[in-house]
Amino acid sequence: MSDFSEALIASAGLLTGLNPDLLEIIGLSLFVTLTAVCIATVIGIPLGGLLAVKRFPGRPLVVLIIDTFMGLPPVVVGLIVYLWLSRSGPLGVLGLLYTPTAMIIAQCLLVTPIIAALSRQVIADAHGQYDEQLRSLGAARWQRIATLLWETRTSLLVTVLAGFGRANAEVGAVMIVGGNINHVTRVMTTTVAYETSRGNLTQALALGIVLILIAMLLTLLLHQLRRLNMEPG
Amino acid sequence: MMRRPPDSLFPLTVSDLDFSVGGERLLSGLSFELEGKGCTAILGPNGSGKTLLLRLCHGMLAPAAGSIRWGEATPAQALPLQAMVFQLPAMLNRSVRANIDYALRLRRIPRTERQRLVQEAIELCGLTEVAGRNARVLSGGERQKLAIARAWITRPRALLMDEPTSELDPLATREIESMIQRVVSQGVRVILTTHDMNQVRHLADDVLFLEYGRLRAHLPIEDFLNYQGDDTMRDFVAHPTRAGALS
Repeated sequence: MSDFSEALIASAGLLTGLNPDLLEIIGLSLFVTLTAVCIATVIGIPLGGLLAVKRFPGRPLVVLIIDTFMGLPPVVVGLIVYLWLSRSGPLGVLGLLYTPTAMIIAQCLLVTPIIAALSRQVIADAHGQYDEQLRSLGAARWQRIATLLWETRTSLLVTVLAGFGRANAEVGAVMIVGGNINHVTRVMTTTVAYETSRGNLTQALALGIVLILIAMLLTLLLHQLRRLNMEPG
Repeated sequence: MMRRPPDSLFPLTVSDLDFSVGGERLLSGLSFELEGKGCTAILGPNGSGKTLLLRLCHGMLAPAAGSIRWGEATPAQALPLQAMVFQLPAMLNRSVRANIDYALRLRRIPRTERQRLVQEAIELCGLTEVAGRNARVLSGGERQKLAIARAWITRPRALLMDEPTSELDPLATREIESMIQRVVSQGVRVILTTHDMNQVRHLADDVLFLEYGRLRAHLPIEDFLNYQGDDTMRDFVAHPTRAGALS
């Protein structure tokens, strides 16, 4: 217990002292995660919207695949991306293995199905609720789409935050494709795993605290959004 | 692409209308004609196709066979001139004022004109007290008033209403009926479905009676109320509450 207390105090010191190594790791983590989530959002929400409102051959299969991919094991995704990007793989010529780009690709593959599947459900519910009313009021197709997206904005943001939460906590895939190289691909979660394995609990705990703070910030943001959603617009 | 509204909406002509879902015929061989004034009540037991008929006339569904014409126009072409109030109207997650304004924004009406029209509709429909409130927290009666305001503000020549008072208490029902009377007195053609025979007596000029997806009768209100046959329609006239409950 005293080890834990000492590590906690030391990690607080690292954080308040703005340790440059720590800041670099936090910065790279946020860069990789935010980039992956932005790309996944740009792909996932339109894909979810399309699956929600359009009927086409093969749609049930696409929905099944996306729903299944929501629970993809990160290490499997990491392995697949590794095989693609390794020197003998189909994309090996790009030289992306053990770079932040490889980590972004892996996180995208993990997060896109989550955002697509959740936003499909959100938009499908809203479509069922509003579509006939909006058509009745004379809304053109693009006006109906714009209205549906606006009406579901809070729920869609929640899906994006859910994707961010998944990406932010991810360790297996980014460890495999990033390699956890110091000053190159070392992010918060991989550092926590690495430093813990070395018995260096101070830095691991400091980064653990940052991860928990980010999770708290997300939760606060969600609560705030839910409150705002019931205020008249 | 903007649709050009038709010059005249009337008569509303329904000819040999059929509608099926999954091989089951829900409406069969309906034919009738409605002229451009007054209020028509569509009556019939639950499942007789009343709401379906309204949605077809409004253009939300396409007939399996037969045709619906507002004047010379299809329901879709006539949409700018006919509006519908649904039994459970969907409210946008914004204020009462913004919900009404939305219907005008879709028609690209300038902002200052919109503000004037919205205020007028709010006052006409008795929504002044709740104008700034989120539409999703309104009571059933307030929601129906808002739905009528939102439909009426587009200045339709015909207003279709699906059981507009089915969820309301007697006071709210009377308020909605007064609004309907005001709308009719302004020359708007109203077609409504209802199970409330008092409402039929107060509002309707004629009655379309449906049973099992077929049109049993199209009668002026006096003839309907004096109907002496021995069947479901007579049950509606003589024992409206029991008929509604049994259906």
